[in-house]
Order: sequence, then structure tokens, then C-alpha cells
Amino acid sequence: MKLKEIASKGKPTFFKEHQNKFYQSLEDKHTTIEEFDVDDPLNSRMILNMGPQHPATHGVLRLLLELKGESILKTKLDIGYLHRGVEKIAENKTYQEFMPYTDRMDYLSPYSNNVALCLAVEKIASVEVPERAHYIRMIGCELARISSHLLWLGTLVMDAGAVSFFIWTFREREKIYDIMDNLTGHRFTVSHARIGGVANDITPEAMGLIKEFINTFPKELKDYHKLLDRNRIFYNRNENVGVLTTEDALQIGAKGPVLRASGYALDFRRFKPYARYDEVEFDVPTRLEGDNLARYYVRMEEMHESLRIIRQCLDKLPKGPVRTDNAKQAYPSKDEVYYSMEGMIHDFMMTDTGICPPDGAEAYHAVESPKGELGYFIQSDGTGHPWRLKISTPSFANLQVLETILDGEMIADTVVIIGGVDPVMGEADK
Amino acid sequence: MELDLSPALQKTTNGLTETFSEKIIEVYQTSGDTFIRIPSDSVIEICRYLKDEHRYTFLSDVIGTDRYTSEDRFEVIYNLISLRDRERLFVKVWLPEENPEIESVTSIWKSANWFEREVYDMFGIRFLNHPDHRRIYMPEDYQYFPLRKEFPLLGIPGSIEMPNTTPDKE
Repeated sequence: MKLKEIASKGKPTFFKEHQNKFYQSLEDKHTTIEEFDVDDPLNSRMILNMGPQHPATHGVLRLLLELKGESILKTKLDIGYLHRGVEKIAENKTYQEFMPYTDRMDYLSPYSNNVALCLAVEKIASVEVPERAHYIRMIGCELARISSHLLWLGTLVMDAGAVSFFIWTFREREKIYDIMDNLTGHRFTVSHARIGGVANDITPEAMGLIKEFINTFPKELKDYHKLLDRNRIFYNRNENVGVLTTEDALQIGAKGPVLRASGYALDFRRFKPYARYDEVEFDVPTRLEGDNLARYYVRMEEMHESLRIIRQCLDKLPKGPVRTDNAKQAYPSKDEVYYSMEGMIHDFMMTDTGICPPDGAEAYHAVESPKGELGYFIQSDGTGHPWRLKISTPSFANLQVLETILDGEMIADTVVIIGGVDPVMGEADK
Repeated sequence: MELDLSPALQKTTNGLTETFSEKIIEVYQTSGDTFIRIPSDSVIEICRYLKDEHRYTFLSDVIGTDRYTSEDRFEVIYNLISLRDRERLFVKVWLPEENPEIESVTSIWKSANWFEREVYDMFGIRFLNHPDHRRIYMPEDYQYFPLRKEFPLLGIPGSIEMPNTTPDKE
């Protein structure tokens, strides 16, 4: 199809240059599928704009599909509808002030984002974190992973046609919200980690809720397996759909469960263990098929592993402080702030100037967030604000994979493949 | 400065300095990460060497920074992972303020496609021979590069066309 025809079909009235270049890029995209004859008597080729307001695109993702009948010839993705410029904002905030913004990046698992930022800042400013804080962070991160995977599971099954399942996974998510409420004081955007530790210790109520959750959740998981594993509809809709080979996955830069479902066990909890992941036992689930079903199995098994990690953390949870006692590096505890002059001064200094890493220092730290490698790169100029803070997000990399694996699939499978890749636009668009 | 390198990274840096003795500007470590700075015209050959000889098969990210007052204003950092050695290496390139452009590494790692588009979108660094050189977050009609230091935090009023929300009135 020629550009003139495509553009005349689209008739952009808004951001004309952007739209025209977008259509042009679809026209230019190299594809191995052979060209069909130019005259198209049945008029079966069409350009389909999907999103950005489509409910199955998990946010504001826009896809431009060139179709031949029901099959997709090629795809282009348009992202940036949720671009808020958080990297620019970060350059004008102290490190601690920036934390609430990280909650809103991958809003399905805010805890991992907080921890990722803290670990990067602690690396660049050489802050020691108490043992207990490490374990609390690990518990929080694994709960966030379960919560994120539960949302993914619900929406994937809904994309495949079963709506009621979504409510069941959300019932479990609700329990995690309650745990977060008790543990951190917020249900959704938690902001619990602090530079040098965490905001507060686990309360007895939160401890009780976590224990109850890890005792009841395995049964729920078992039910999910029973319902889906050999469900003919679910199986057929996902098997051999959106296949990604190992070589392609490494070459296009797939991350997290998408890469592991394609057969390469790259997990940053193992690659460069952070927190205390080297002291707990867990497996890295991997599948070789690389299709959507493999991604389903990998994420389901990851939930089992997360439970295993939480159990070990609760057993090993050491006693002690939850935040470093160095007033130059971390906020003092609230008791100190309210009842001593020094505490108050330190609290003010931390809020006003914040922690100052050495001039010219650079650091990159990556954690394994539920979606994959989440890395923070920080350059410091010696002040309390980062000179440059770059967030490399897994969803962004995985959307690039999506652009490749959609080619040659059926139009009806689009939403299932998007669901399997599990992008979060808040994170991809930054 | 004395470097504290792991055996695999030591082998990589030795290999690099032997093969490209003239072209390695500096090797340094900060906060435990290893950075190698190279001139912008040799990025392709050094990246290909790293991929072929030392198995840096995974490009994790491409980072752009603005050094603002420095002589070579822009910086592009390639975040490489060697899956065989389980090591991470950062390759750095400095680019001048006037007309910053560099050869694209999409021929070596396909994943560089979107990463380089992001750097172009935010800093205006052009990547030569890039297969799909468009902006990624901002619309194509936008004329500024938001992460450059001179770009104001509040944005530039009127720089972006807003949709007409009252279609009845002209």
C-alpha cells in the first residue's frame, strides 16, 4: 500500500507531521512477508489504528496495524501518551523527594520501584543499610511481584475471553493492598523505602496479614492452575502465539519474564544479587517455547518462588534498626525529630539539602522488578539533586519486542499478545 | 588510579587496550561500575569487537547525558551485559555541542533501535544509519529537546499544539 493511500485513509488533522511520519514508518518497515499484488480486488488490506484509548492495550498504547484480511502484515507502535518527563523532574528534586514519582512509574508494583531508586542512591553515596531493612525490602518487593503478576493474570485471562477470573485475582490483590496499608500506610503508592533503610518497621498486624496471606495464597494459586492449565480455550488461544526465539529475544533486548519464557534465565536477583537475595534459596523459572503460554507458566511459577522467598525472609528476619543511624545519610526517626533539637535540625537538613553523593560520581543499579530489569543510572555533581537520573525500564524494552512479534500474527491474537508481554505504560513512557 | 577489576573485566580491558591501543581514552571505575571512554568515530568497531570477542551480546540500555558547560557537551553511554562473563560494562562517547551525531549501533544490537530514538528525542543527538529515526515520546512536530539543560522545567508555553476542545466554536 502506498503512503498516499495510507495517509488519505488516516487524514491526520492533529500533529500532522508526527502522524505522517508514523504512517511512513509503517510503510518503510522491513518485513519478511512477501508483498501481495498491488491491485486488491477484494479490498482485504486495511490500516487499523488501535488505541490509545482501547481498553485491551493496558493503558495508552497506540498500535498501527497493516492488515491483510485477518492477519497482521506489519505493526508500528506509538508511545509517549503518558510521557510526564520524570527524568527532568528528578533533576530538580532531592533524591528522597523524587521517590513518590517512582511509585507512579510502574504503578502495579510501586514497592520495587522505590527499592530500585534507594539501592542506586545507596550505591552512589555508599550508604550502609541495616540487615533488617534489607529483609523488609525483600518481603515488600516479592509482595509487589505477586500483586503485579496477579493483575497481569487477571487481564490476560480477560483478554482471552473470561471476565469473571479478573475478579478472583483482584480479591487476592485486595489482600496485598491491605498488607501494604498496614505495612507502609498506603494501599497503592506506597513510598515505603527510604534512603538508608525503610520508613517503618513491620507492625504486628502487618506481620499477621503477611503470614495469613502466604498460608492461604498457595491454595488460590492451585485453583488458578486447575482452572487454566488444561483449559482448552485458554490453552489454544495462547499456544504458539507471539513466538519469540532465544536469539531474537537477546537481540531485540527482551527483559524479565518475556526473556525467561524464551529460554534465557537472566534474573538480576541472581546475576548481581542485591539486598540479601544471595542468602535465600529460589529458582529462576524458565521455559523454552517462547510463546504466550510459556510466559504464562513462567509468571505463575514466579509467584510460587516469591512465596518461597517471603517465607524464608520471615524465618530469617533479624532484629535491629530499620534505618541507618547516620544523620548525614538518612532521615532520623520521628521520635528523635519530635523530642530532640539535633533530630529536628537533621530532619530539616535532609529535607532541604538531602544526601549529597561525591562530585562526578556515577552509578548504575538494576533490580529485578516484576517486569524485568529496572535500572537507575545516576550522575552526581556533588549537590543534593542528581545531575542526570536515567531510568531504564523493562516495559519500554518489551514494547520494542512487541513491535516485532506481532508481525504475521492474527488480528484476534493482538490483545492476547499484549497481555502476555505485560507492558505498563506509566513505566514505558516515563 | 588503581582499578579493582574482576578477572573477566581485566581480560576485556586488556584485550581492548591491546587491539585498540590508540583509541581507548580512559578506563575508570566509580561506585563499582567500570566505564570505558572511546572516541566517537570508532564506536562501531569497538562495540563489534566487544560483542564478538567478549560476548557482550546484550545491550541493556543507551543513556544520553548533557554535560552542559563542558567542552564536549553530550555523552552517550552504552550499557552492555556479557552473558558469558556475567559482567556489566559501560562504553562512553563524548560528542561536541555543535551538530552531535554518532553512528548507530543497530547493526550490532537490534535493541538499540528504540533506545537510540529515546536519546535523540531527549537530547537531539543524531544517529547515522538508524533504520527508523523518529522521535519516540514527543510528537514529531515538536521542536525542542526536553532533557537538555537549557530547556525550562515548566516547558515552553505554546510549543505544543493542543486539541480543540470546543469543536462548535472556531
